[in-house]
Formats: sequence, C-alpha cells, structure tokens
Amino acid sequence: MSKQEITLSVNGATHELHVEPRTLLVTALREELGYTGANVGCETARCGACTVRVNGDAIKSCMQFAVQLDGAEIETVEGLAEDGNLAPLQAQFQAHHGLQCGFCTPGMLMTADTYLKDAENPSREEIREAIEGNLCRCTGYHNIVDAIEATLTEGAPTNE
Amino acid sequence: MSDAEDRSDKRVFGKAIKRNEDIPLLTGSATYTDDVMLREMVHLAIRRSDHAHATIVDIDTSEAEAMDGVIAVYTGEDVVESGVPNTIPTAWMLPGLVTPQYRMLAVDKVRHEGDGIAAVVAETPEKARDALDAIEVTYEKLEHVTDPVDAVESDVPPVHDEAADNVAFDFELGEKDVVDEAFEAADHVVSVDLRQPRIIPNAMEPRAAVADWDRGTEELRIWMTSQNPHLHRMLLSAGTLGVPENKIQVIAPEVGGGFGSKIYHYPDEAVTAWCSMQLGRPVKWKASRMEAYVTDCHGRDHTTTAEIAVNDDGTVQGVRVETYAGLGAQLSQFATATPSYLYSTILSGEYAIPAIYCRVIGAFTNTTPVDAYRGAGRAEGIYVIERLMDVAARELDMDPAEFRRRNLIPADQFPYQTAAAVIYDSGEYERAMDTALEHIGYDDLRERQKALREEGRYLGIGVGNFVESAGLSPSGLAGDLGAQAGGWESSIVRFDSTGTVTVLVGTADQGQGHRTTFAQIAAEELGVDIDAVNVVEGDTDQIPQGMGTYGSRSASVGGGAIARGARDVREKAREIAAHQLEASVEDIGFDDGEFHVVGAPDRSMHIQAVAAQAYLGHNLPEEMDPGLESTNFYDPENFTFPFGTHVAVVEIDPETGAIDLERYVAVDDCGEIINPLIVEGQVHGGIAQGIGAALYEGAVYDDDGHLTTRRMDEYAVPHATYLPDFETENTVTPSPHNPIGVKGVGESATIAAAPTIVSAVVDALEPFGVTHLDMPITPERVWRAMGGGD
Repeated sequence: MSKQEITLSVNGATHELHVEPRTLLVTALREELGYTGANVGCETARCGACTVRVNGDAIKSCMQFAVQLDGAEIETVEGLAEDGNLAPLQAQFQAHHGLQCGFCTPGMLMTADTYLKDAENPSREEIREAIEGNLCRCTGYHNIVDAIEATLTEGAPTNE
Repeated sequence: MSDAEDRSDKRVFGKAIKRNEDIPLLTGSATYTDDVMLREMVHLAIRRSDHAHATIVDIDTSEAEAMDGVIAVYTGEDVVESGVPNTIPTAWMLPGLVTPQYRMLAVDKVRHEGDGIAAVVAETPEKARDALDAIEVTYEKLEHVTDPVDAVESDVPPVHDEAADNVAFDFELGEKDVVDEAFEAADHVVSVDLRQPRIIPNAMEPRAAVADWDRGTEELRIWMTSQNPHLHRMLLSAGTLGVPENKIQVIAPEVGGGFGSKIYHYPDEAVTAWCSMQLGRPVKWKASRMEAYVTDCHGRDHTTTAEIAVNDDGTVQGVRVETYAGLGAQLSQFATATPSYLYSTILSGEYAIPAIYCRVIGAFTNTTPVDAYRGAGRAEGIYVIERLMDVAARELDMDPAEFRRRNLIPADQFPYQTAAAVIYDSGEYERAMDTALEHIGYDDLRERQKALREEGRYLGIGVGNFVESAGLSPSGLAGDLGAQAGGWESSIVRFDSTGTVTVLVGTADQGQGHRTTFAQIAAEELGVDIDAVNVVEGDTDQIPQGMGTYGSRSASVGGGAIARGARDVREKAREIAAHQLEASVEDIGFDDGEFHVVGAPDRSMHIQAVAAQAYLGHNLPEEMDPGLESTNFYDPENFTFPFGTHVAVVEIDPETGAIDLERYVAVDDCGEIINPLIVEGQVHGGIAQGIGAALYEGAVYDDDGHLTTRRMDEYAVPHATYLPDFETENTVTPSPHNPIGVKGVGESATIAAAPTIVSAVVDALEPFGVTHLDMPITPERVWRAMGGGD
C-alpha cells in the first residue's frame, strides 16, 4: 500500500511522517512517533483509552485515520504536565487515588481535561456523564469523579 | 499465637500515602507490554475457529503465505512436529479428574470459537491480520453445547473423547447422610434455583506478549501481561516450550488490570514465544478486544440448586448444594480448584451452620475456558448462602438482617471450625454488620419502605454479609487438596550500601499499588523513609522466585514475606550495631531507624549507617558475613478470612422495571490496613464489578455457539453513569496468624456486592411475591417479575 506524507503537530512539536492510508491516528502516534501514552483497549471507540485532543476536541484516536488529520494540532497525555510538574488534574488524580492500573488514565485525563475547559459548577452526575465514554474497570469511577470535582474547586491539591 | 504487633505508633504503616507508582501512569511514560518495541520485531496474529465445535478437515495456508509482508504461517501440526511439550497444564488435580491434552494450536478439532488454528507472522500487525482471512479452513461441523447442565444431560458429541458425558470431575464436600438427617429434623426446608452467568473480566489492557529468542544463547526473554511471571516461567518451561526454566526471563511490565484473567498460561503467549524460536526474531502478539472476549478465561457459569434447613426459632440447621459448573472447552490451570474447593469451603458464610454438603459437577462445554475471576469460587459460594439467607428469612417471615444476625458466628468462637472444612482465623461479624446498618439507617429505611409502598413505590433494602478465604495459601494444605504448586511468597529485602532499601517480591501488581504498600511495610519495619525504599516486581531475572498476585494474597502473603525479611535484616543490623557500639545485643533498642544503647541514648547508630558498615565489612562481629539482606519464603499457616457487611438501597420504577441504585454502603474488615487510600480504592472497584455482575454483565451465546457479547457495546462493562457514589467504612480485626495482621481486600467487595444488590432488588419486589431473580437483573426481568407482559 502506498504511503502518504502528512504533518502532525503533537504537543507543539511538528512531525512529518509517511503512513499508509489505513494507519489509525493512535497507531501513528504510538508506533511512528513513540507517544505511547494513548492506549488501545477496544478498537471500536467504546473504551476511550486512546482519547487524545485534536484541534481542541477530545476524540478517540482509534477512530480516525492519520491521513485525515494532516496538519492537525494533536495533544496527548504526554503534553499535560509542564516542566516536569503534574498538571492540577493529574495531581488530583494522584491525590484522590483516581487510577489503579493506569491503562484508561491517559484517555480519561484527556477527556476530563477537555471537559474542564468549559465546565461550570457541574454536579457529580454531570461529571459522570462527561466521562461516560471512557471505561475504567478498576476504580468504580468514584475517585475519578472526586479528582475532577476537586480540580474544579481547588485546582491543584492544597492538602500537601 | 499472634505475632502481629500493636501498630498504634506506626510512622507509615496505616497511613493514606499517595501512590508512588502514579507519576509514569499519569504522564504517559509507563511501559505496558504493547509499548515494548524491539528492533527487527515482527507481529503475530492468530486465526481462530469459525465454529463452536467442528472437526478440522484441512487447512490451506498457501494463499496467506504468498501475501505481501507475511513471513511465516504455522498450524497446530507444525507445533507438534517441532517436538515441544505443547501442553497447557492443569495446576490442580481432583479425584477422577479427566485431563485431555490442551495444545497451543488445535490439531484435530476445534472446541470453541476462540480456539487457535493457525499463526501468521508478518511485518506489521495489519498485514498479519490481513492474512488470517486468506487461510482456508475446511471443517466438518459437530453439534455443540454451551450450557453446563445440557452438556452433561444431553447426548451431544462430547467436547473431549476422554469425557464421554462431558463430566471433568464430580466433587463432594461434606457427609451427605449427616446433612440429609439435619434436613429431615428441621422445621423448614427452603430451596432456590440459581443461575450465575458467565462474567468476562474485561481488564482494560488486552493480553499481549513480546517474545525475544536468542539463537546464540538459546535464552527466551518474554514480556507479557502477567499476574504471576514466575508461574508463567515455570509453565512455559515445563508445559509448552520445554526451554529450561533457567533460560527463560519473564517480564511483566505495567499490567493494565487482571482480575484473574492474567493468571493463566494461555496458548497465545506460548505461540508468540514459539514463533520467535522458529524465526530468531522478536515477535509481538496483542489480543484485539474481540479476541479478548473469546479467549480470556471467563468467570462463574454456575447452575445451582441450593437448599437450607431452618428451625422456627430462626436458626439454620443445614445447607445442601448441587452445582453444575461450566469449565469451558479446556481445563485452564485453576478451573478445577475454583468451583470445587474455593467454592464449597465458603458456603458457611458468616454463619454457624452445623451441617453442609456440596456436590459440584464440572462440565466441559464448547465455550471459552472458565477460571478464577475476581472473587473466584468465594463469590459464587457467598452468593448461594446469601440468597439462601434471604429466602429462609422470607419463609420464616423474619427481617432478613435480624435473621442473619441470629445466625452469625459469635466473636468469641474464633478460630472457628466451619462445617465446610476450613478454620476462620478471626472475626467480629456483628460489629461490622452493626456499623453498616447504622451507617445506612436501616430501621428508618424499613419505615420509609413501608410508607412508600402505600404510595405504590417500591424501595428495596439489600443486606449482604460475606466472608472470604483469602491469602492463597498454606502450601501443605493446598497440596493435600490437589494443588500442583506451593502457596508461599518470596521476598528479598536488601539494604544497599548507601542506605537505600531494595525490596524484591514475587507478587505482580496490576493496579493494586504494591510499590506503595510494600514500601510502607518495609519502611515501617526498618525505620527508614518510604522514599528510601524501592519495590521491584514483575521480572524473573531480578526476583528469583515468586507465586504472583491472585486470591487476595499479595498484602498478606507477599507483605508477610517482606515484613519477615525486613525483620531479619533489622536483627542482623542490630547485631552489627551492638558490636560497633560495644554493647550486648540485648541492650540495643531500636526506635525510628536508630539503634541505641538502652540507658545511653547518645550511643546510637542509624540503621542506614549500619548498612554501610555491613558492606564495608571492616568491623563486623566475628564469624558474621558482610552484606545486609534477607531472602524470605513465607508460607502462611492458614488462609486469612476478610469479612464485612454491605447494604444497598434501590427503588424500582414499576412502569419500566428500571432500578435506581440510590445508596451503597460497604463495611469491610480486611484486618490491619496498610494504606486506607488503597483499601478504599480496592473496595470501590470491587463494588463496581459486583454491581456489574448483578445488574448489567453476562456472556451470551447464541444457538450456533457464538459469543454474541464480544464487543464493549455488547457486553455491559459499567460506565460512570451506571454507578452511584460509594460510602465505605472499615472495622479492623487483625488476622492472628499473619506477620502484619492483614487479611487482604482485593476481592472482598466483588464478593459482597452481587448478593447485596440482588437482595435489594428482590426485597423491593416482595409485594409481588418475588423471592429470587437471576443475574443480571435487567429492567426487563424486573418488569416481567412485576407481571409486565402478562
């Protein structure tokens, strides 16, 4: 299959790469560029472990071909922390034990981080709705909701 | 005698410390198996059966072999011809057990639709998958069976010729005559028929392996999604590949959830390694989610008739159980132990029951193999006794909580020998039950329920008591019962020469937070900062021996091995300190990491300074070897028995049968708590899986034997919106025989939650005369039970 040349901006860095037309965005990120934070859990857009941000929207990167996104601005979990410091959302996930095995966490963080950009005083039920496209089998979600709620109310953890 | 210590003055043990493993997981830098990418690596895909049961007439791989990027195509015959042992072994023998050979790839026939037929190795995963469809397989279809009762009672062609009636084993616990007599003498006998559906574990990370065979050294290195890398090392060596155990390195890097499904030695990982051995190149295999659904061992699959004998005074006189347990098409390692010993020995629940009998018929079916899934055996057993407690309370017209309370094993009766062959180590069942009932406001809820019923609203209150046999397991006892492996755990606790501590342990984390809790144990025992401790798991070349993580064993057995190792290290350090401080060992106190001469506090030495001296070796006691480390094998003297009470409140919509889960309260007693944050997390996740089983989940096979629940939109893994907030509390009843008093908590809440939820829904439906509904309790089932559709 002939390969196409595309350009992706990932966390602010520009990459030129040659991919097959059928190469998924998640495959391009993981295999071609080494951004292995996004994980492949289902390949059917149901689990959300591969969620990244494309041009500002949280999307499931197993559902997009890389060639569709030529020139797009991609943000992945690797770009959340700044200067080696956890972003407030990441720090709250740790403070509230909002992760166990961590496999869903990169996608969960990208969905939650995108949601937080516009959320105003959501109820816990609304937070649950915001993350319902991201499955977690370990936590039962309670502490994830706590972590997102705490990010809204206090930013980074204050109890340290 | 107890060697647990008073922990009221602990520095780090018992504290809610944030997990030190979180940073890589939060920043995307963690390495899971699929993140391992090696030079020259090629990719494996496995062609699986198109049918539930069929004879393989012919396999034509020629077209696939000619495809672009395909490096090799192998069939089951190729594996046989290579001369490797090619056997996935059974790890637990039972009397009369039938053990057909379980091969890496099928050769004569396929027995379920996940059976591997051929392996394609190609330059990319996509090209390997493309070639699967080009393999032409000619079958002769056979009649199939997916239900364990049908498997035994119908005359379909057997799954294995060795078991003409599909019975793999017929297991009994207890003396039937004695139990029958108890039933005859009792005032009431109540029975219930129960179906516990197949649960598919659904760890978020699908199974994967990267195998790298070195043709020069003939050594195999394999990264794999494993809960027990040392068991995998042993089984790859002795079972499937025949590579000497000392030439295999198994690495379990980050593992994305397991819940039992990553305990087992599956064909796929062995095929991955075998392909690497054929090609001399690294080979990666990763299950698609659909492959995971048809190949990861399922759980449960019990069809049960259970009976309880009770007297008018509300005391239970006996329990009698007959279960058909589906084992699937092949015997996975613990498929025999899970529905036999792990199930029958917990049927006493939290109750003093004088007579218990249990018979289990293990049946082969044309389905994915069934093995231990979170709660394994204990979940099925507690479900049985808790459903019986509900139906018996209803028969006697007693409040179900009061009926349960009347039969609890009293706190002063421990250790308690049950009629189901085990000795519960410790328990204060009524305290946990009171805590839960008070927390939720049980009496007020009953009043509210009564008032709402007047308005045509249906509130249900479910009470679930549970006890769990955790901490697998005392090796001798397990061996007497048929185990083909030990139940110990192994640690190496080592002071490094600069004063840091390395803990190597044979358990293997899949999200449980071992690197934090185990560091807390070692830091506490050694008096060092938790940051000075590095816990290493999941690499058989670093950690010489281990048994792994399953059966809620890591904190109690792994933690026990670490505590004992750390104490050995501390005592050697004390001898060195005594020598250098010129005092006798008996006169050396130890406080917060500091050895000091009793009565002369200025004569002291920090344990980290002692470590440096141990490695310098310049001034050690006579005949003492240098170094400061301990290798410990801890073999527990008994199981531990966590317990607790969960309570749920539901309201049923009478129009639709929809279930609103209003509140969920969990009171767990897991003995001493190492880290409350992590214990709470385990309880939350356990509740979610129990609720999932009770209300949403369950594998469904169609009439052709195909699994219809094989995608994440077909099998209902709970989403965030399916679950309520959880209210949790703990009571603490230390295990008297564990070195650190812990009991374990990994499976507790899953065991408790399913019966609690079912109890609540059935309680809501009492006005409709409903005494039981099978899981998953969907709105449709509720609606029909309320007379909908009649």
